[in-house]
This record gives sequence, C-alpha cells and structure tokens, in this order.
Amino acid sequence: MMASSYNAKEEDGHHSGASSGTGLSKNKKPDNTAFKQQRLPAWQPILTAGSVLPAFFVIGLIFIPIGIGLYVTSNNIKEFEIDYTGVSSDSPCYNCAKNFTWNTTEPCVCTVNFTLLQPFESNVFMYYGLSNFYQNHRRYVKSRDDRQLNGDLSALTDPSKECEPYRKSGDVSIAPCGAIANSLFNDTLVLYYVDSNNSKIEVPLVKKGIAWWTDKHVKFRNPAGNSNLTLAFRDTAKPVNWAKPVYELDPSDPDNNGFINEDFIVWMRTAALPTFRKLYRIIQKKSGTTPTLPNGNYMLNITYNYPVLSFDGRKRMILSTISWMGGKNPFLGIAYITVGSICFFLGVVLLIIHHKYDNRNTSADIPS
Amino acid sequence: MGMDFSTLRTLISRYCVGEENWVDSRTIYIGHKEPPPGTEAFIQQRFPDNRIVSSKYTFWNFIPKNMFEQFRRVANFYFLIIFLVQLIIDTPTSPVTSGLPLFFVITVTAIKQGYEDWLRHKADNAVNQCSVHVVHHGKVVRKQSRKLRVGDVVLVKEDETFPCDLILLSSSRDDGTCFVTTASLDGESSHKTYYAVQETKAYNTEKEVDTIHATIECEQPQPDLYKFVGRINIYMTNEPVARPLGSENLLLRGATLKNTEYIYAVVIYTGMETKMALNYQSKSQKRSAVEKSMNAYLVVYLCILISKALINTALKYVWQSDPNKDEPFYNQKTEVERQRHVLIRAFTDFLAFMVLFNYIIPVSMYVTVEMQKFLGSYFIMWDDEMFDEELGERAVVNTSDLNEELGQVEYVFTDKTGTLTENNMEFIECCVDGHVYVPHAICNGQVMPGAAGMDMIDSSPGPAAREHEELFFRALCLCHTVQVKEEDTVDGIKHGIHQGKSTSFYISSSPDEVALVEGMKRLGFTYLRLKDGQMEILNREDEVEKFELLEVLTFDSVRRRMSVIVKASTGEVYLFCKGADSSIFPRVISGKVDQVRARVEQNAVEGLRTLCVAYRSLSPEQYEEVFQLLNRAKLALQDRDKQLAEAYDLIEKDLILLGATAVEDRLQEKAADTIESLHKAGIKVWVLTGDKMETAAATCYASKLFHRNTQILELTTKRTEEQSLHDVLFELSRTVLRQHGGMTRDTFSELSGDCTDYGLIIDGATLSAVMRPGQEGSNSGNYKEKFLEICRNCSAVLCCRMAPLQKAQIVKLIKASEEHPITLAIGDGANDVSMILEAHVGIGIMGKEGRQAVRNSDYAIPKFKHLKKMLLVHGHYYYIRISELVQYFFYKNVCFIFPQFLYQFFCGFSQQPLYDTAYLTLYNISFTSLPILLYSLIEQHINMDILKKDPCLYRDIAKNSLLRWPTFIYWTVLGVYDAIVMFFGAYFLFDNTTFTSNGQLMTTNTQMMFGNWTFGTLVFTVLVFTVTFKLALDTHYWTWINHFVIWGSLIFFVVFSLLWGGIIWPFLNYQRMYYVFMQMLSSGPAWLSIILLITASLLPDVVKKVIWRTLWPTTTERIQQGRDNKRYERALAYMSSDSLLME
Repeated sequence: MMASSYNAKEEDGHHSGASSGTGLSKNKKPDNTAFKQQRLPAWQPILTAGSVLPAFFVIGLIFIPIGIGLYVTSNNIKEFEIDYTGVSSDSPCYNCAKNFTWNTTEPCVCTVNFTLLQPFESNVFMYYGLSNFYQNHRRYVKSRDDRQLNGDLSALTDPSKECEPYRKSGDVSIAPCGAIANSLFNDTLVLYYVDSNNSKIEVPLVKKGIAWWTDKHVKFRNPAGNSNLTLAFRDTAKPVNWAKPVYELDPSDPDNNGFINEDFIVWMRTAALPTFRKLYRIIQKKSGTTPTLPNGNYMLNITYNYPVLSFDGRKRMILSTISWMGGKNPFLGIAYITVGSICFFLGVVLLIIHHKYDNRNTSADIPS
Repeated sequence: MGMDFSTLRTLISRYCVGEENWVDSRTIYIGHKEPPPGTEAFIQQRFPDNRIVSSKYTFWNFIPKNMFEQFRRVANFYFLIIFLVQLIIDTPTSPVTSGLPLFFVITVTAIKQGYEDWLRHKADNAVNQCSVHVVHHGKVVRKQSRKLRVGDVVLVKEDETFPCDLILLSSSRDDGTCFVTTASLDGESSHKTYYAVQETKAYNTEKEVDTIHATIECEQPQPDLYKFVGRINIYMTNEPVARPLGSENLLLRGATLKNTEYIYAVVIYTGMETKMALNYQSKSQKRSAVEKSMNAYLVVYLCILISKALINTALKYVWQSDPNKDEPFYNQKTEVERQRHVLIRAFTDFLAFMVLFNYIIPVSMYVTVEMQKFLGSYFIMWDDEMFDEELGERAVVNTSDLNEELGQVEYVFTDKTGTLTENNMEFIECCVDGHVYVPHAICNGQVMPGAAGMDMIDSSPGPAAREHEELFFRALCLCHTVQVKEEDTVDGIKHGIHQGKSTSFYISSSPDEVALVEGMKRLGFTYLRLKDGQMEILNREDEVEKFELLEVLTFDSVRRRMSVIVKASTGEVYLFCKGADSSIFPRVISGKVDQVRARVEQNAVEGLRTLCVAYRSLSPEQYEEVFQLLNRAKLALQDRDKQLAEAYDLIEKDLILLGATAVEDRLQEKAADTIESLHKAGIKVWVLTGDKMETAAATCYASKLFHRNTQILELTTKRTEEQSLHDVLFELSRTVLRQHGGMTRDTFSELSGDCTDYGLIIDGATLSAVMRPGQEGSNSGNYKEKFLEICRNCSAVLCCRMAPLQKAQIVKLIKASEEHPITLAIGDGANDVSMILEAHVGIGIMGKEGRQAVRNSDYAIPKFKHLKKMLLVHGHYYYIRISELVQYFFYKNVCFIFPQFLYQFFCGFSQQPLYDTAYLTLYNISFTSLPILLYSLIEQHINMDILKKDPCLYRDIAKNSLLRWPTFIYWTVLGVYDAIVMFFGAYFLFDNTTFTSNGQLMTTNTQMMFGNWTFGTLVFTVLVFTVTFKLALDTHYWTWINHFVIWGSLIFFVVFSLLWGGIIWPFLNYQRMYYVFMQMLSSGPAWLSIILLITASLLPDVVKKVIWRTLWPTTTERIQQGRDNKRYERALAYMSSDSLLME
C-alpha cells in the first residue's frame, strides 16, 4: 500500500493545478449510492436463544427419527464375515499360509466351512477384506499410470516414472505397471452350499457389475488398435507378482479381460484406510421366494495365492445384503440419534436459560 | 557545549578551507559565463540534467528487480521456499499447489506495480519533454525540459509551472517581484511574492538578461522547501557586488507563476536535485496492532506446522522400524530410495510433511488482507458524511494499512488552532494603553467613517494617549506581511472588500494578520498597498500616508514576534513590533504594561488570541547600525538563520508598549460534540497547542474537554517557580491517587459517575523539565513516571506553549508507556507534522495552513467533526471486519489441514494427501476466498447510526479485544474440533464397514466401493460447507452481495467438482478424481453424513455464541438484541392480534 501513498504525492507533483482546481470541487463529492455509503438494504439476523431454540428442536425432531430409521435398517442387514488367513494352527488355511512361496506352480487350496443361521434374502454381495494393508500409502497410491490404463499406446510401452520400481521388467515395460497392479488380490473364492444330503452345490457368483460403470467404460480401456489382446500386449511384460499376463485375467470373456477386468478395476481403486473390503462377487437373487442364500452349511473354497502374514495382515470373506443406504453401518444411525438428542437437550437447556436470563437482560437494556 | 563546538568547527573550516570551496555549496555561472579573471578559478562543476525519474524500474530490469522486491517480503519468501522444496524433492503434492497461488499473487502484484510504474514513466516523460524557453545568446529558444542545465537562463510566462528550481533575476513588473502559487507543493493557494535582486531586476528583456554577468553561490540542495541560503556576486559594475539570496528569491519546481506576465530566472537545481524531487522520499511504514497480532499468530502456526511435521516424521520412523511395514511385498522401494542415507531420508520426509501441511499458513491470507485494506479504504473516501461542502473536499486515505487501527485509538492528540477551532480569525477588540476599542459592528466591508466605527469603553483618552492611539493603529497597519490582491476573482465570486474604485482583498499566510488589518480598516485605518517599497495607508481623514518599508524582521515560532522598520514621510524611522505577550513584555521599557497585561489576561481567559504591539523609534545612527547588523547576517552563507536570530534579538529591544489586540478564533462546528463522543468512547483527548495557557484553557472549556466540575491540575512554570518540580509532581500524583484509591474503596458506581474528573494543564517549559534527562538519572526517570501516572488518571490533558518537536515528544512518551496505547494525532499545520508522523495514526485536517499536514498524514479529513465518524464508525467496522478476517482465515485452514494431519496416522505416515491437488490448490483461492473478503468489506454488526449515537460501543473493541489470545485459542480449538468431527465422521463411515452404495439406481444393483479419493472428497465437501456456513452464521449484515457470494461459492464448488470429475482431463497424467464426486453424491449415506457432519461441526459454535450472548452479553450484543427484541415483540403482538381475530 506504499504505492498508493506514493501516488498521492505523485499527483501533487505532476498534475499540479488540475487536482487543486476549484472548479473540480463539485466532482469530489462522493456519489450518494447505497453501496458507497454502506447502506445497502440488508437482512440482519442475530443468533439469540430465542431465534435458535426452534431450530434446535426442529433439528432434534428430524434427526432422531432419521437416526432410528438408519439404525433399524442397518440392523436388518444380514452380514457374515469369516477370517481365512490361517494364523492359528487349527485354521484350515494354516498350511497354505505357512508354506507360502512365490512362483509356485501348484496353487494351494484350502476349504473353510461355515454355517449361516439366517437365510439371506435379496441380492447378496461377497467381499474380500484385507487388514493392515496400506493401500493408501503414498508410494503405493501414486504407483500407477492412468494413461496406460486408459489404453494410451505410448504409455503402454513407456509407463510413467511413478511406477518405479514396477515399471520395467528387464527392458520390457510392465503392463499394467506400478505397485497397485502388481499386488492385485489373486485369491480365488468359490462358495458351495452343502445341502441336507451333504452334496455340494456351487453358488453362482456373478463377477461383472462390481466396478463403477464409468471406470469400466471410460477410465479403463484396453490398448486400442488390436482386438486381439495377446497381440495388443505383446510388447509388454506381466507384473512381477502375477502368475499370468493381463490378457489372461479372464480369457473366457473378452469384455472382462485385460485392463477392463472388473476384479482388476476394483483393486485399482485404492482404499482409504488400511482395513478395507472390496467387492468380489454378486450372488443374484433367484426368482421366486427361495432366499438367495438359505440358512445352512456352506463351504468356501479358497485358492490361496495372496500372502499377508509377512506384514501381519488378515484376509476375510464377507457376505452381506444391502439396503437403500448401502451395507451394514450402524455408525450413521447412532450418530444421527446422538446429534439429534444433543440438539434436543441443548434446546431444553437454552429454553431454561432464555427464560431465566433473557428477560432480565432486555429489561436492563440500554434505553436507546 | 554542543553549540560551542559546532561554531568552533564552522570557524575552523572557514579559516582552513575558505568559503568558496565548501563541499556543501555550489557555484553557478549565470548564462555559463566565466567570471572576470582574478576573482576565483572557473571550475565548472558537474550537475545532473533536468530529468525527473520517479519510476522505479526500466523495461529491462523490471522482472528481476520486481521479483527481488517481492521476495524480500517474508511471507512470499516462505512460499517460494515451499515451492522450491516441492520442485526439488519428492513431495506429496505437486508443485502446482503452491506454485500456482504464489505465481498468481506475484503476477498480480507485478502487474499492479508495473502499471503504476508505467504511469510514472508516462508522467516523467510528459514532464521531461515539455518545452521550456531558454535564453541563448540573447534569443529565446525552445528546449526540452530534461535538457535544461544548471546556469541556463529561462523565461517563464504567466500560469506556467517552473521546470526546476530557479533564482529570480527579473520580472515583467518594475519592482522585480513576481507572484507564485505553491498549491501543488504544499497546498497553500495564496499567492506568495518573490523578489529579484535589486541589481538584476532591471534586466527584463532577453537581450538585457543575456548581458548579466554574475555567479551564484549557494548551498547544495536540501529538501526543506522553506530554507535556502545563497549569495549572488555581480560583476557588472567596477566593484563586484555581493547580495544575499534567500528563499524569497528561490522559485521552486512545481510552483506556478501567477499575476506576472513573465520572468527571467536562472537554473540552480535540476532534475532529481530539485527540492520537490528531494521531498519524494516516502514515509516510514506504520504497522497496525492487528498486523502485529497477525504476525504473532503466524509464529504460533509456524510452530504448530513445524511440530506437526516433526511429530509425523518421528512417528514415521517408529512405525517403519518393522521392515515389513516399511517395505511390504506389495510396496517396494526403488533402489535409489533404498540407498539414500537415513538422515537424508528423514530430512526429506520432514520437508515433505512441511509441504503437506504448509497450507495452514496460506498465501491467500496476505492477499485477502491487502485487498481488504485497499478496497476497504474506498469506503472512507466515498463517505458522503465526511465530505465538506464548504471546502469541496472529501476524506483522503494515504495509507490503507491502518484502517483497523482507527478502531483501537486510546489517545487522541489534537492541535488547537485550525483543528479544534476554525482558524477563521475575527478581530474582536484592541486595547491601547488600557483603553478598549471595539469595532462597531460587522461592516460588510464598508469603511466606517472616523471614530463612529468604534465604541470607547473607557473614558475618552487624553491628548498624550491620542498620539499612542494613532501610532498603535499605524503599527498594526504596517507591521504585517499581508498582500493586497487587486481585482481578482476566486471561485468566480468576488469577495473582496469594496473600497474606492478597485476591488481588493488581503491575503496572508497567517489568518491573524488578515483579521488585524481588516479590523484596523473598520477602525478607520486602511492599508492600501505596498508599492515601490512604500506602504500606503488611508487614514481616518481619508488621506493617504506613505511609509517607506525599510526592513521586515519576519515572524518565527521561536521568537514568536515580528517587526518592521519603516520610515515615515516626515523622516522618522520607527520599528513596530508585534508578538505574543510573553515575547513582548520582557522587551518593553515603558508603557502602561500593567493595564495592558490585565486586559490581555482577561481576553485570554475568554479564549481570544491576543497579540501585543510595541514600537521603538530609531535615530538615523541607530538605523544605520541596525542596517549593518541585518545585512551582515543576511549575507552569511552558513548559519544564516542563527545569525539573523541574533541580529533580531539585538534589534527588538527597548520597546515602548502600545497596546494589545484580541482576535477570536471560533470553535469548529460540532467540535465539542466530537470531543464529548470521544470521551464517552473511552478515548483520552489531549490538546497540544503553541498557544498560551489561558486561551487554550478557554478553548478547552468551550469544546467540553474540561467540564465545570473538572478539577484542574496545573503543572506550569508559574507553579514550579514557587515549588520545586519534584514537590509539585509528587503533590499532584498524591491528589490523583488519593482520589483513585478512595474510589476503589467506595462503591463502584462512582467510576462512571462524575464525582471528580481531573484535567491537567502543562506547559512546554515544565514539560521539557520533566522530560529532561536529569543529573541524577534515577530521579528524572521518576519524574517521567510520575508524570505519566498523573496523566493516566486525568481524563483530559492540555499542553500549551508547545514547540512542534515537543508535540512529537509527548506522543512518543505516551506511546512508550507501559500499556503501549494506540495514539492518534490530528492537526492541520506544518507544526503538527512531527506528531502526525510519530503517532500510530496521523490525521491531517485540510485547513488553512497549507497541505503539509495532509501530505504527511495517514488519513486526511476536511473537518475535526469528521473524526467522530472516522473512529466510531469506520474504525469500529474495520476492526471488527479485519479481526474476523484474520481469525477466520486461521480457523478455516486449521479445519483444512488438521484432517490431513490425522490421516497420516492411517496411511503409515507416508505423506499421502487427503485431498486432491485441485482441492488443495483452490480451497483458499476460490472455494472459500470471496465470502470472507466480502464479509470483511461490508459487514456491519450494528447499524452505523447506533455506532455514532452510542460512543460507548467503542469500548467493546478497545485493547485489541477481538484478537487476544483467548479468542484466538477459541477459534483454533474450534477449528481442531471441526477437523476431528469431519475426519472421524468420515472415518467411521469407511472403517471396517462397507461404505457402499447402490450406484445410480437400485435396479442396477451395482455395489460401489469407495476409495481414498472419495474419502478425501467427502471430508472436503463437509469442510467447504462447514467453513462457509460458519461465516454465514457470523454475518450480521446480509446484503445481496453476501447472498450472492456465499451461495455462489458453494455452487461454484459443486459445479467445479462435477466438472473436474466429469471429464478425463487430457493434460493430467492421473485421473484419480474421475467420477468420484458424482459417485459420492449418488450415494444416500454420503448425503446423510454430509448433513450430519456439517450440523455437528457448527453446533458447538452456535451454542457457545447463544449462551455467551445470553449470560454475558457485551454492550454491542445487548444493543443488537434490543433491536431484535423490539422487532420480535412487534411480531408477537402482530401474531397475537392475528390469533385473536382467528378465534
């Protein structure tokens, strides 16, 4: 603001006469506009006990029912969770977990049995959950190349530097590059229903429709120009930890293969917190009245490929139904009830204060 | 002692070096002619050309120089460092996030400064290239102004501006005078007379002027506009003649020639050496209290920032000690990273955390504060109520840095004359030897014939007195520097005094003199003009008397008197002297001193300005002696002022007292009301004046500074003569303290009551005794403290007989006292400049004594009464606004960054940012910037009229109350609370449970998983809404602008987010935000949680506000509520009548 003071002098010096001319004095009169005189029409609210009180009661009265509704909805959601990491020796996957080595040709398979006490109506969603897995680590989060995943041909053979150290395998660039892709969750989960006569019926798992529509159709694209994925990816190497190249993720379905494989897309959306779940499969509701998953015994067949014990991680399989508000989440309901009650309580407190003090204050008001 | 040394040094230098070769003098050869041989060596000194350079940059050095200037500011430098760190090391956020805002700020500033500099260049060029007339070999040629050289003789015509500093050689007038207005230099619009040297004044054609053969010796340029010493040596006669040159010969660059057809003058100072250019130096910058608090907060936040980074770095290494966590199989480091030394890694990690959290101190805060101050100051200039119709002037803001300081003023130091009073003098009466004369009536410029024009109050004087009376009137007609301006129009209205055939009126730099001369006219003696050194007076008998003006001993504030020496047509030589009573009485040897003194004192008590008049008749021998004395002093090059003062001292003695005059200076309109309001606002008002005690005290009573029941404590020379200063001080302090102690013991109500109010009067001499660093150091410090203690307990203080520098001393003393109060100085004259510069806030009044005060002030107002609105309304508003601005900025950035800090605990301290880069960058720039800026421009917590009506409200914000540590801590804690609510709210929604949603429609049954960017976006959305709503809750004045800006920026945020996530942006190499915002909004729980979290964040602040307002309301709040209650009651009444009707 020094400049403005300087300018004032400047005017004095150079444009003499002009500013001191008496003829201009009329022009110096400020405009009498509401804005310049700071008299714009305005609404002047004040937060007083009187005006805030109703708001508190209203908030309380709205929030508590919402909270109760949310809580009930959340409680109606059926959820089943099973840890199959195999930490303890009596766990069925103990051996697979203990004997894990990279580059085994023979996959280790283990089976976990469980019982659903209640039938799961409507669609059931199957998740895998990982704990203590830092998908949100900075080095990890940025270790990807969105151009490459979008089918950019130049990025395919020359991935971003961010992918280091998963950028090149020897001289050949990796597709998909980066730590996220490299650590793709590759356990295979198969669910069987064990019926009363002990025969295993495989529960049909739908593997499509688990990723965001926009991700699958816009953000992720296979390299253009070649319908044959094997050829499209011919100049690239598979990620180090992968058993098979990207174009063999789902050879059965070309719409779910390569970069647009939905398991892959789901994995690529890095989780916010070190304990997370990711959608694995959807169990569609069958027509008729039969529940999607009737109560009874089930068998989970796990192809155990993914090591988590080294960093003290856990693996879980979760089955859950959903409601209009998503999965099971009692927090929101409880929070709504709490905030609503606090508002209501504060409303009462303020009412008392208002009656006790406010009148006194206004009577002692300055007589202006 | 010091004085002796300096004279000694001068003497020594004079003898050793010889006058001509002083380093600090220059010799100018008029028309570049060599002096006749033998006089001195012809040394052509080198002088700069007449180019004025006010611009700071050239085309080439603009970018580097401007960058350097900008990065010298600590804040900019800090952001530059952050930016560089981001460029160099691998940091979590891209350099764009801090680079873009910084680039924006720097560019905007650079453009602004560049534009200003371009304007300056343009102005410089216009000035440098305008043509001037130069006399060259007897002919007038045109030359560009910048090519003028020292020694050129120039021709300046009427209404032209002088191109550089000139010495007048001759003019179109025979008497060698010319009239000049210096309005553009110091604002004095009166015409000043300048004189040519007697020997050269006849050379007034270009041919003749070319024959002048002379040199000028003068001092090197100095910035004082009113000081100049030099000497002209003329070689045209056989004997070289030396004549003194003073400021009356010097025409300054920037001044304009008036009423004179043309002049010839010689160039002596050029270009950047002209006095005007030397006065360009900018004032030292003042910092406001708010700025100081802001800096303190910054330090706190910097500490928070560093400790956050340190904590995180330390925790990171604790966490990483397990190699499986540091480098799990899925997240390996590169070889380069692995090989880096652990210390370097730790250091880069620390820097990376710093970068991640650096937004806690945002660039935009500085920009917003600057913009707020700059734009806000326009409201002061636009204020209609601070426009003065009479002067045609409105308030001027010279520095917008201090707007909010106007709301913090605790002490007001005001000048009296021209500030409290009109400085519009009216002759009231005169007293000759104790006989009082009062002009009959205000005569509308008509001359009253003879003695009918006055009333004799005392018995009519005897013949001896008659002679004194005549002398007295003549003395007043002659002893002045008034000019008669003939037949001129000002403002298109002739307000001259019609007199005889021609219209004429008086102009003078001192309004007292005009009042006196006009008063004399009403008493029958009319001063006609000064012509050819003859002063003409029209006496009562309508005869013209002529007096030859021999010498003028000009007025100065040290002597406080002036004299003229005139020769009557009868041949007698008189010295007439007029001055303050204190400076005349000691020099008087005869006359009716007692009667006059009594009358003077009586008048002073009534608040009139008094002057005493005395004379001395000089015999021809005496005159010769006087003439020699004066001439010697005038010719001196060094210490001329001192020598002149000594000469005057010798001449003005043995006077015979004639009488005294009384002139009234009316109080300014609403001055008393203003002072009363300031008092009510808890501001202490001190009057500092050069006037004498009685006059000043009377003004103080009139302006309600002192009330009838104010107990006056005097600390004056009169008292200290009786007792020692020590005793007086201790006695006074005892009086004051006893009362004070008694008060605390008594009921508290007395505090506000008017039981005893102390007013202190102190004079300059006593003050300097108090301030003097005494022999016993301990004792003098004691004096100062005692004095301050007394002052602190007085509601009003009057300091009279103050020298300009003493005014500044007082201000400094109060400024430095232990409470460090905020001071404001207000004045209109050059003598107030020192205190205006010294005080925290300096205010200039556009008065009659020129523009110096205005030019040096921070703010200038037309009248004293405008101070009320300036402080009580504008100051109050600006303080409220800026304090909210500062607190809110820190608050919103705590809310912004603290979740990011918390997130580090859940992402392995890996510096993973919570928000996307675009959000990080734009949060402070666009999503939350405009609402607070406009809030800080138009917020009005209380109506303007109430603020003006109720000055007590000013006390509510005294002592920086809104920016004290408790408030700051409250805001910070609130910010941390909001951050925790937002972060953990989102955390619990995501943690361990599926925060999933059913996509676009239930039927598609798509189960979406939300990743870390959705998490951040959710927190960010809640953040933007919370922070904006918080401001909305604080806004008390909702104009359409507020609505537009607040809802507008929320809409902008939503639209931006939709757009940002809606497209695969080709220029980005990551698409992390693609469809994140839309997916979030398509999920019901996200909406529910956004609403919940916003409510939960705002809840405590609302509750706190309401409870505080109800239980411990401030005056402000009470008034707000009162207003609200009335409305409420009205509404209630309305409603009940409605319901009655319904039933």
